[in-house]
This record gives sequence, structure tokens and C-alpha cells, in this order.
Amino acid sequence: MKKLLLTGVAGLALTAHMASAQVNEDAPMGGTMVVTYKDDVATLDPAIGYDWQNWSMIKSLFDGLMGYEPGTTTLRNELASDVAISEDGTVYTFTLKDNIKFHNGREITASDVKYSLERVTNPETRSPGAGFFGMIDGFDIWNAGEGEGLSGIKVIDDKIVEITLSRPDATFGHVMALNFASIVPQEAVEASGEDFGREPVGSGAFKLTEWSPGQRVVFERFEEYHRENLPKLDQVTFEIGLEPTVALLRLQQGQADVPGDGIPPAQFLQVMNDPAQADNVIEGGQLHTGYITLNTQMAPFDNVAVRKAVNMAINKERIVRIINGRAVPANQPLPPSMPGYADDYEGYAFDPEAAREMLAEAGFADGFTTELYVMNVDPNPRIAQAIQQDLSEIGINAEIRSLAQANVIAAGGEADQAPMIWSGGMAWIADFPDPSNFYGPILGCAGAVQGGWNWSWYCNEELDARAAEADAMTGAENEDARIEAWKSIYLDVMEDAPWVPVFNEQRFTLTSDSIAGDDSLFVDPVHIPVNYDYIYSKDAE
Amino acid sequence: MQAYLVRRLFESALILLGITLVTFILLYLVPADPARQIAGRSATAETVQNIRDQLGLNDPFFIQYWRYLTALLQGDMGRSYLQRAEVSELIASRLPASLLLMLAAIVTELIFGLTIGIVAALRRNRPADHGLMIFSFVSISAPQFVIGILLLYVFAVKLGWFPIGGYGTFSHVVLPAITLGFLGAGWYSRMMRSSMIDVLGQDFVRTAQAKGLAKGRIILRHVIPNAILPIIAMIGIDIGLFMSGIVVVESVFGWPGIGQLAWQAIQRVDIPVIMGVTMVSATAIVLGNLLADFVAPMIDPRIKTK
Repeated sequence: MKKLLLTGVAGLALTAHMASAQVNEDAPMGGTMVVTYKDDVATLDPAIGYDWQNWSMIKSLFDGLMGYEPGTTTLRNELASDVAISEDGTVYTFTLKDNIKFHNGREITASDVKYSLERVTNPETRSPGAGFFGMIDGFDIWNAGEGEGLSGIKVIDDKIVEITLSRPDATFGHVMALNFASIVPQEAVEASGEDFGREPVGSGAFKLTEWSPGQRVVFERFEEYHRENLPKLDQVTFEIGLEPTVALLRLQQGQADVPGDGIPPAQFLQVMNDPAQADNVIEGGQLHTGYITLNTQMAPFDNVAVRKAVNMAINKERIVRIINGRAVPANQPLPPSMPGYADDYEGYAFDPEAAREMLAEAGFADGFTTELYVMNVDPNPRIAQAIQQDLSEIGINAEIRSLAQANVIAAGGEADQAPMIWSGGMAWIADFPDPSNFYGPILGCAGAVQGGWNWSWYCNEELDARAAEADAMTGAENEDARIEAWKSIYLDVMEDAPWVPVFNEQRFTLTSDSIAGDDSLFVDPVHIPVNYDYIYSKDAE
Repeated sequence: MQAYLVRRLFESALILLGITLVTFILLYLVPADPARQIAGRSATAETVQNIRDQLGLNDPFFIQYWRYLTALLQGDMGRSYLQRAEVSELIASRLPASLLLMLAAIVTELIFGLTIGIVAALRRNRPADHGLMIFSFVSISAPQFVIGILLLYVFAVKLGWFPIGGYGTFSHVVLPAITLGFLGAGWYSRMMRSSMIDVLGQDFVRTAQAKGLAKGRIILRHVIPNAILPIIAMIGIDIGLFMSGIVVVESVFGWPGIGQLAWQAIQRVDIPVIMGVTMVSATAIVLGNLLADFVAPMIDPRIKTK
């Protein structure tokens, strides 16, 4: 097994260095790859698609102004050839590359950028990503269904578009690299209407050539793609409707190359103990943290000592063993591969004895009874049982409420319903590789509202102010100071202990013998499961 | 007969109406908010509210229900919340695959069920009979998920006789049809056995034997046709059984039918799709029962309509 671990800022600096190494210019062109999935593809409309399956598919069909170096979290220009940022950090001027085309053959111009961003933020589009664009000037009016478009976007000429922000925001580059910021052709969107998600037209490395519901989706090389010698493969076929177990059988028979849903948990050890298969497994970090939320507005978790005691009571090593070691124990909200992760932070060590004492000092010598909400899909109920057992060691009797995912999310969004939630299956995975993405909705005051994602109902206004300050630190020269600011915010969050960070999931990508590419392409932090554009076929050699 | 037909049709329509109401109430009461599912986790409270307004989710229950019902009567099942496609198109694109699978399963269960039932009845209380009845007991009890995976492993992976899941050619349909028909084969073999034993004990069989007819001729010409009639009449009722079975079987074999569609819609709280699939399968079950009631008297005059 090959292991790839990028750690924090050091990892980032390293990847920036190696950025060009990910791209094997001499890799042969041609060949095909088969990726399997259990569920049908929901949509390929970049304004709407927001699940792990269609996220990387959309990345291969569409381009935004910004993107990432393959296999890394380093931003690069995609359709933009140049980005100029004003002194105060509020005006971004993007210049488009020459000769960039949509799949329908039309050249992309600056007004396509304006149209695409106004489409995704138009309330009638009902895009789950509209909220990311809140920093663009005029967003509030336009997103409320008033006005004539986003006043902050000006088309200067065919090649140049100027975007004005209502506040400096260091994450704007990442926002422009989100799928939601993909550039789409107006004529194709209007011709397809609501069906654009089934008939997508973008400018990405691949174009859609076949979609048979419940059976397969086929991508073929876009000959006029704006990057030379890409994509490597002629065709990527997504075989739909295959259970992970069945997908694994297909791969073992040489009929599939990547199981999109991963290695099924029940077969994980079997695969890893078979040297031939384990050799084709690539392990990498993931921008994910699994945590227990402690509702800070419900007694007794409104008492910080109780929250700290719970933090010390959980045996994270054992929980990681329950999932066959497919994760690493966590002690802070940020995952290790995220800039701002504190390597030297020790967190709350596992110590049931001290936890019991702390609980007694807080006035709960006899413990108390509470509820633990959990999503009812394996392994989460088993993890909840381990948590339950750990809590009973310090006298807390937690009853498990095992519910469907949507019901747990609904319970978390009510101020007085769920005292504790195990986040498994619903946990936060970053939308983009920036520390701010782990704060606002899940730890900030803005998320502590009815229907929000801050299930701890934790609201620390001082930290909110510091977060806003950190995000206003734009420009490359401030980058280090900004990351430091975020690091201290997360460490201060841990002082209030609204969460018990439990583990960071690792990714294990299994591949066939017939495809290849740099290891980082198979655990690409933004293309999950793999980076379809850069992987090549050995058969093409 | 005509009055009976009209009454049964009216009853069926009433049942379907009741099903729309019950399903709608259940989905209305689900604590999950579809607007939040659509809005995603980065959405503000206003965005969610906006989506609720657009979808009419803020209206009182009866207004929502009335709107759904009037649209449904005009053939409009709405659009999927997540795929944004017409529900009727989603179902129409998947229905042929499910119908094909059901048809193949009916053929499978009849071939296996009837053959086993006949052999068991003719060898009554002998080892062959006991063996076959144990087999039918197993087929009734075995979970379809396990049977499906087992068949896949043995016949597709180890022996390589069939493809590992998927859809397209005749060889793709064999394993899913056997898995889906396996349960029915068990039922049919038991029913056929007792029906045969019934007929074998009747006077006309004894008369035929007394006339000196050959045994094979008696069985083929007189016993089997009489024994098979009540069983053929059951096929309509099977449709209900299949509707629940295809959800599992389609998901094991990657069969692109409505069972797979239903399963995914439930996981994602895609209410229009859940309603659509429920209505289509409910209609199929009601039609199946109607068919059973009307076809049975036609092929077996001993059953009377009242």
C-alpha cells in the first residue's frame, strides 16, 4: 500500500514545490477507464450538483476561472490567464485565456462569466452553493430576488471581467474554484431549461456523450480542451447501480478500474491482507473530521467542565479500531491536511479517572442521563455504542437515538432537541481547502440558528470577530499570519470544548492494474475518488 | 357481471385515492425538510425559506395535497427535487426494465414451481417429495439479498457464465430473474403440490383409471390442467410480492428499474419521486388484484364472481 500524507502548512509548501511533478507530460494518451457507482448520478448541472459522486464528474466537464494543481490544494488559474487584486483586496480583475471553447464550439467570453455567476446566485436556480458567493457586491439584493443581476460584476471587454467584493475576503480565490463557479453557456442552459443537469455543456477536459439512467454515464475526450495533451484518457465510463461488494468483484475480474464508492467495509481487511490487492491501494488524507457535538445550550452541557470531562472520556483509539483503522484519532476541529492544523497541540488526553473527578467537581458525582443521536448506517451505530460505553465509565448514561440521516440533521437544527450527536455519515468535509471552511456554518454564531449546521449551538462572538478579521487578511504576504490567526481560533474553540473531535477519515482508493498516474491523483483532495483528467491507461503505452 | 366490474373499478379508484392521502401524510410528517436537502449546508436561513416558498412547502397541508392531487389527475407527477427532471420521465425510463424483470421472474417461478409441485405430488411422502418440500421451504425463507449475492458469486464470478450485474442482453436477466422468482417458486410448488393431491383424489380420476386410461395420459390430460387453474389465477396477486422484491434484487444486480429509483429517492428525501414510484407500484398492485379477480373466473368457471 502506498501512503500519502500531507501535513498542514509544511505539506502545502511541499506540494507547491512538487506541483509540476504530479503531471507526467510523457504519459501516453488514449485508452479508457471504468468507474463504478451504486447510486445514479443526481445531476451534472454545476450550479446544483453537491455530492461526492457528481462533484468530481462536474470538475471534468466544466471549468471555472480558478482551479487546483492536480493532486494538491494549491490554487491555479483555470480559464483565467491572469488575476489582479486591488490594494484593498476588494476588486478582482480576471483576464480570460485566449481560444477557450465550450463543448458546443463557441468561444468563452467575459459575459459568460457574468451570466454563470448570476445564474448560480439567482434564487430561482435554487442552487445549494449560492451562499458561497455572499461576498460579491450586490449579492444580498440579487439573491433576495430583486435587482438586475449582481452589481459587483462588470464586463470590461470580451476578455476581462471585474468582480467587486463588499468586503475583502481571502477565500474568494477558492470560491471561484468551486464547481458552483463553473462557466456555462447561456444558450445551452436556456435550451435545456431544468434538464441542463442531464445535457451539460461545459468547457472541461471531457464532454458527456451518453447517459442511460441507472446504467451508465460516458465521458469522452473534448478535443478542443484548453490544456495541451489533456485529458490522458479517451473515455471514462461510469457504470451505475453496482453495490460496492459487486463492484469489488468486477474489479477483481478486470471489468472495472476504480470502485467509486470505495472498498466495502466488510471486505476491507480481506483486500488489505491480500498483497496483490493491497499493492493497488493508495492511502491519503481527507479534509474530514468526525466529531461529537455537545449542545452548549442544553443542561448539563451548558457547563464547560462537563464538556471537557466528556472530551477526556472518549477512547478514540478504540473507535478507530472499530472502523479497521480507516482513520486517525483527532484532537482539534481541523484535519491534519488542512492549513492551520496545530501539530503541537495535545488536546484532551484519554483519562477516564480525571474525567470522573472533573464531573464530580462540576456537581455530577452521580453522573446523569442524556441522549446520543446517530445516523443509522453502519458503522455509526457501532461507534455510538463505543461512545456510550466510554461515557458509562464516568457515570453518564447516554441513550442512543439511531435515525435516518435527514432526521438526525433535523434534530441537530433544533436548539433543544439533541444533547449529543455523533456526526458520522454527515460529518463536515471541507468544500475547499481553507481553514475558514470549518468555522462559519458549524462553529460560528451564523450556524447556531434553527435549521443550521452548528449542532453544538456554540456561539462565541469574540471568536466570530477574530474569524472575520482573519478572512479580511488578503494577499499572499499576509497568508502566514492569516493561517496563524485561524490556528489560534480553533485552539480557543477547544478551550470551550463544544465538540469532541474523534477522528479524521483516511481515503483508501483501490485501482486496477491497467490505469496509472502519480499517487496523488488517486487521493486528490478536490477530485474524489480520483482525478479523471490526468490518470492514464497503461494499455495506451 | 358488468355491475360487479363497475363496483370493483370504483373501489380500486378509492383505494388509490386513499393511498395518495396516506403517503402524502406520511411524507408530510417526516421531520426531514426537503428544502434543507436542496439548499445544502452552506445555505442561509433565508435561502431555505425562499426554496420552501418556491416549492409551496409553507402552504397548509390540504392546499399542498389538493395541488398534488389535481396535478396528478392531469398526469403531472411533478419534478424531482434533486435531479430536477420530470418524475414521469424518470419512471418511464425505468419501468420497461422492471417489467421485463418481473415477466422473466414470473416465467421462472412458474417453470420451477409447477415442475417441483407436480413431481412432489406424484412422489407423495417419498424421499423425493420430502427433499423438494425442504427446498421450497428454504426458497420461501431465504432472504433475496443473500440468494442474489450467492448466485452472483458462484455463476458470475467463479464460473463466469453470466455477467456480474448490469443490464442489456439475455444473459443479464437470468440471475436477477431467478433471484426474484425463487421465493415465488417455493410458494407455487407448495400450492401446486396440494392442488394436484386434491385433484388426484377426485372421482373423475378414479373413473378414468377404471376406464383403463394410461397413467401418463390421466396426469397430463386430466389432472394437471385441473390442478393448474387455481394457480394461474394467483399470478395477478404476485405483482405485489414482486414490487417489494425488485427493490432488493435491482439493487444487488444493478438493474436499472424503478426499485433502484425508489431506494435512492428515499435516501435523499426526494418526495415527488417517492410519491411517483409509490403511486405506480400501488396502481400495479391494484391492477394485478383486479386481473386476478376477473381472469380467475374466466379460466376456472368454478370460481364465481359475486
